Amino acid sequence: MGRELTPIVSRGFRGRRRDEGPPDRVPPGQYVTDDFPVLSAGPTPHVPLDEWDFALVGELDEARRWSWEEFRALPTEEVTVDIHCVTKWSKLDTVWEGVLVDAILDGVQTEAEYAVAFCDGGYTANLPLEDLTGGKAWVAYAYDGEPLDPEHGGPVRLLVPHLYFWKSAKWVRGLQLTTVDEPGFWESNGYHLYGDPWREQRYWGD
Amino acid sequence: MARAAVLGRLTWQVAEALEVVPETPRVKTILLDVPGWPGHLPGQHVDLRLTAEDGYQAQRSYSIASAPGTDVLELTVERIDDGEVSPYLTDELRPGDRFEIRGPVGGYFVWEPSRGGPLLLVAGGSGVVPLMAMLRHLDGAGEDVPATLLFSSRGWEDVIYRDELERLDGGSARVVHTLTRSQPDGWTGYSRRVDPEMLAEVGPATDERPHVYVCGPTPFVETVASALVELGHEPSQIRTERFGPTGG
Amino acid sequence: MQSLKLDGNAAAGLLREVFAVEITTATGTCDGCSSVSAAGAFVAYTQAPGVVLRCPRCDAVLMKVVTDGERFWLDLRGLRSLQL
Repeated sequence: MGRELTPIVSRGFRGRRRDEGPPDRVPPGQYVTDDFPVLSAGPTPHVPLDEWDFALVGELDEARRWSWEEFRALPTEEVTVDIHCVTKWSKLDTVWEGVLVDAILDGVQTEAEYAVAFCDGGYTANLPLEDLTGGKAWVAYAYDGEPLDPEHGGPVRLLVPHLYFWKSAKWVRGLQLTTVDEPGFWESNGYHLYGDPWREQRYWGD
Repeated sequence: MARAAVLGRLTWQVAEALEVVPETPRVKTILLDVPGWPGHLPGQHVDLRLTAEDGYQAQRSYSIASAPGTDVLELTVERIDDGEVSPYLTDELRPGDRFEIRGPVGGYFVWEPSRGGPLLLVAGGSGVVPLMAMLRHLDGAGEDVPATLLFSSRGWEDVIYRDELERLDGGSARVVHTLTRSQPDGWTGYSRRVDPEMLAEVGPATDERPHVYVCGPTPFVETVASALVELGHEPSQIRTERFGPTGG
Repeated sequence: MQSLKLDGNAAAGLLREVFAVEITTATGTCDGCSSVSAAGAFVAYTQAPGVVLRCPRCDAVLMKVVTDGERFWLDLRGLRSLQL
């Protein structure tokens, strides 16, 4: 639709300088940015920390809940990772502090193979459980040495850097463990169920 | 409201720059020739697309400044310093250069004579552009509709369409300026941000049920819309157009 | 901080790629709070993987529009009805 016309080149237009970056670190179709663009599908929620908790629900023996103090008492680590947004920017060497999702799932008995991250504001993202475990995913509360800014998902966001960044759900409040892969906010409307940037899994059928 | 017209799906068209006219140090008006332009209503915008030689594309929306019925389509563009499209349009574009547009789009932030008046137009900075299309339409068509523009700019040199607004003031419209950052010597007008008191003084009163159009940066629009509701204007009488981060 | 909140009007071009009629003057009923508003008065979030239009009263999602440049996906679950 709307592509009857071959785009005409505008003389002298180059666009913002696009740095493709090192090919072993920047997936196909991405460019490197030094900014940290803010994407948002809704208003930024502001939940006071004394009303905040993180929940593990769904297919498990017993739901678990952590208050902010309990969450912050879990073991933490600092990680430096590259992130890749489906809107085509990648950002290299981003520094985060967070709790490994392994620590949150520690000791949990479950038949589930999938999880849905759910968030303040109603956003959801689905992921296979094995992509959340094995040291690959964090619940991050700090970026670049500072508490995570609300516009970037604070107080905490999911951090799953090996998948497109829409999976790294902002304002995450918990994980629902599921036996079937339930499409999330974007995955139910065109975006890829899995979202591997190295295979350019942006949309359905990619 | 008019019945939904079947318009057909929107396609990209070639536009050729005829002239680039400075309005203020940061703002320029681009005069365009668009063969087969279907015409537009005051308040509508176009999507504009630039393509680089390597195929990279960037797309933005710009309000139409010209009145309906004119041969030349005018867009007025504010330079966003870290933007991608507006610096090209304000600094690089020359007569004869071509890019693509599609439109007109947007049927909501539109004023047509059938809506009647009175009209209260509230603009912040380059938010004046779609409102100017309404004022030009009123002036050119000789519509007998009372219209007031309350226009917030940083300083006198930043007032877009200043000379034309001076000419319109007292004729087909009433124009009230507020200058929020700097004022020329002897300035007797408003010199603060738009607030409920200013809106009440400028009028029209709520019992005249004016059609209100507010356009500007998102915080400006939110402040003005809240103030209007606080004064007692019905929310359904207020139409807003926010300029967002895609304005670059 | 830049604001990411815009009006439904900001999505007019995209919606005109999908619909052959002008949608911003259509009125939609929010399935959540039952309020009725013109699509041009919906709250639009365009800096996202897709465009999200929300209810101006209760912020519920009314429409999601995603395109890969060729295909379009529309989620209208939040709209009880759309009057054209």
